[in-house]
Amino acid sequence: MGLKALDYETLNENVKKVQYAVRGELYLRASELQKEGKKIIFTNVGNPHALGQKPLTFPRQVVALCQAPFLLDDPNVGLLFPADALARAKHYLSLTSGGLGAYSDSRGIPGVRKEVAEFIERRDGYPSNPELIFLTDGASKGVMQILNCIIRGQGDGILVPVPQYPLYSATISLLGGSLVPYYLEETANWGLDINNLRESVAQARFKGITVRAMVIINPGNPTGQCLSEANLREILNFCYQENLVLLGDEVYQQNIYQDERPFISARKVLMDMGPPISKEVQLVSFHTVSKGYWGECGQRGGYFEMTNLPPQTVDEIYKIASIALSPNVPAQIFMGLMVNPLKPGDISYEQFVRESQGILESLRRRARIMTDGFNSCKNVVCNFTEGAMYSFPQIRLPPKAIEAAKKAGKVPDVFYCLKLLEATGISTVPGSGFGQKDGVFHLRTTILPAEEDMPAIMSSFKKFNDEFMNQYEDNWNHSRM
Amino acid sequence: MAPPVTVNTINPKVIECEYAVRGEIVILAQKLQDEIKIKPEAHPFEEILYCNIGNPQSLGQQPITFFREVLALCDHPSLLDKSETQGLFSTDSIQRARKILDQIPGRATGAYSHSQGIKGLRDTIAAGIEARDGFPADPNDIFLTDGASPAVHMMMQLLIRSEKDGILCPIPQYPLYSASIALHGGTLVPYYLDEATGWGLEVSDLKKQLETAKSKGINVRALVVINPGNPTGQVLVKMLSQSIRVRIDLNNKPPMVLQVYQENVYVPEKKFHSFKKVSRSMGYDEKYIHLVSFQSVSKGYYGECGKEEVIWKLPGLVLILVMSPPKAGDESYESYISERDGILSSLTRRAKTLEDAFNKLEGVTCNKAEGAMYLFPRINLPEKAIKAAGEAKTAPDAFYCRRLLTETGIVFVPGSGFGQVPGTWHFRCTILPQEEKIPAVVTRLTDFHKRFMDEFRE
Repeated sequence: MGLKALDYETLNENVKKVQYAVRGELYLRASELQKEGKKIIFTNVGNPHALGQKPLTFPRQVVALCQAPFLLDDPNVGLLFPADALARAKHYLSLTSGGLGAYSDSRGIPGVRKEVAEFIERRDGYPSNPELIFLTDGASKGVMQILNCIIRGQGDGILVPVPQYPLYSATISLLGGSLVPYYLEETANWGLDINNLRESVAQARFKGITVRAMVIINPGNPTGQCLSEANLREILNFCYQENLVLLGDEVYQQNIYQDERPFISARKVLMDMGPPISKEVQLVSFHTVSKGYWGECGQRGGYFEMTNLPPQTVDEIYKIASIALSPNVPAQIFMGLMVNPLKPGDISYEQFVRESQGILESLRRRARIMTDGFNSCKNVVCNFTEGAMYSFPQIRLPPKAIEAAKKAGKVPDVFYCLKLLEATGISTVPGSGFGQKDGVFHLRTTILPAEEDMPAIMSSFKKFNDEFMNQYEDNWNHSRM
Repeated sequence: MAPPVTVNTINPKVIECEYAVRGEIVILAQKLQDEIKIKPEAHPFEEILYCNIGNPQSLGQQPITFFREVLALCDHPSLLDKSETQGLFSTDSIQRARKILDQIPGRATGAYSHSQGIKGLRDTIAAGIEARDGFPADPNDIFLTDGASPAVHMMMQLLIRSEKDGILCPIPQYPLYSASIALHGGTLVPYYLDEATGWGLEVSDLKKQLETAKSKGINVRALVVINPGNPTGQVLVKMLSQSIRVRIDLNNKPPMVLQVYQENVYVPEKKFHSFKKVSRSMGYDEKYIHLVSFQSVSKGYYGECGKEEVIWKLPGLVLILVMSPPKAGDESYESYISERDGILSSLTRRAKTLEDAFNKLEGVTCNKAEGAMYLFPRINLPEKAIKAAGEAKTAPDAFYCRRLLTETGIVFVPGSGFGQVPGTWHFRCTILPQEEKIPAVVTRLTDFHKRFMDEFRE
């Protein structure tokens, strides 16, 4: 019997080439160990609720009511739900075309998209058009949809920061395009140097690649840096000159842990720059309910907003969205609630503020604890987490460690992370999953473990690391004698 | 310098792919609806009747109460800690929610789950499949997804390496298949269902199409079967499934089977049999046949289109409730049964009423809707109409549907959106408008059709 169509050998090659380290080798090993009964601390994914962060009360009340609208007719419903939750549930139900169980418009419920547009206008000071906002099952789906429109073949290149969140490398690979890396400067707080960009583009073009788009992740993942306004202007000018569409991954815009560089959206800067740039540069911006202080990763709620795309292109994107019929409706309600929050005077306002501020302030403290903790370790240097949810320390592996890794058939940072996992149960993602300069190693952890667990985690890490370093440095010194 | 993302520079596969279910006619319908909102007398009808899409709850079908109780409790688990909850929710829904939450790590319903879906829920689904078919099912072979559509995309992604890879699709078919094949750059290899025999599957035609494709250098990799059919509604009978099995074996193609309508069977003489059950009863296990089956909560009697079973969400919640609904003796059992049977019997009645109405129209024949949610009548359009369509630069069936929409507000999907034997014309109509609206649909359609035929008759 010959090979069957779904046998491994005959699968689409692009599928086989894809790598996604966030749930790769380390995660799989950690899951195995967990099954064997070892206590694992999963710091591999930005998944706050899995690490004990509580959902905000108000949105859950509203969505529960929307799930079971017959509750609204029950005279006792006031015993369980505050009046503003009841009102909001009625509001969102009225925006749907038959409750949570009906397909919505393929672009998302019009009333919710309107709320998103209003949110963007309040945030940036410029009007936003709901017709150019599409809701998606998580921001990742939106990114994949847009990249699918841009990539025609191997000859099309997408500029992606290194280190980057591997959704980009994986999707470009899957779609058969080319990733054009531009390196962020670790010594300058992961800053973006426009000269690096120019160089990358020149090299790509020399190889015959048509560079079509540029991805920025702001705040960065895994690096956490927040782009300054000057940076954003440079980038937009660059896109204008080089004819690139800018893809602005802004999913961490609520997660800012320093005050020098607050979040500014790419769209705001673009509009500030005025014509001709503000009318010419094509921009797609992405946001989500998975991050911020909401952390509702499992709901799968996201959106993208298109700026300066021709109407025919928007129609094509709409057409593709319609094949999947509709983004999931409960998540759209979460999105509406996120962009249209409670106001002072609302019954649930105080509780909402208390819960959100609590989370954000704790994240800020944890960002600090982790950065300082890593910096206190031997051969570890860590930039401060200015934003997002991760810490990305550089691990300076001694040559002997690198040799040992090679012997074990592992990439050096994977080797280190596996040892860390086996010794401490801390499950991280090796830096090679995100990209890094040759010979420079990192690992990524989240800052999400509970605050009270942090000191123990950091000291467990330090113990492992310092022993590891002593072991491999000692050998090295020894051999030199 | 041309901007990068115009229609001339966008990925051409995107341009090529089409999806009529939410296509041109529907976009026009939405425009007309907006016009009526502003000016109610703008058109000769007061409302648009959407018969284009299998979206039951948008047309007034009520969700199953028990399912929604459980979902609400899982969405807001702190309700389970409050004593007042017992006054608003049935006892068994509270118990079930607790049981489900215990299977979710940390009861964290807002967290990313395992990429295949929460293990405990997949276990329950596997048990449900086993109970249905009588053969073991492995939870590791189950992936929960954002609705069946992304799952189909995933399969196409795996199977299609270039335009030389072909996928056998029934004609007429649900255009998710043609669209995703186009999007992934493959080739659709059609096999025609036989309208004269109730949209039967002719294995001889299957073989013929396979040979033709091979001779063109196409490597046929999968066979798509939609059972019950969309748009055609036929339920494949065991015997036919068996003959397919034999043929598949010889040619090593993995059948990709879509089973989203399995609960929607309206004829007493036919019963749904899953492909897996049939192939296993014939002794063909996974060494012989690769089988990928899709099931969805969007249809059935529960019609939860907006929910989507998501890889990363409260995965498979509705699915497991469907697999293990309330049992006799449970508090919610009576209301569950009456809701379910109410919906299914109403669907059966509506299917019959509309089928009869279509068969009464001049030049129209309509097969019985054995299952699914649609009718797919065939219309013999007079030459004059076909000519007029040509002048309007539309396909004849789209011409008819457009006129129907602008004169009556009724939205059908032209048959060309699904594929049909060349030279024949059809349209797809759902059986979903609420029962009290059906007489209006029938009257308006009948009056319109008479006027249309009067205008275009030879």
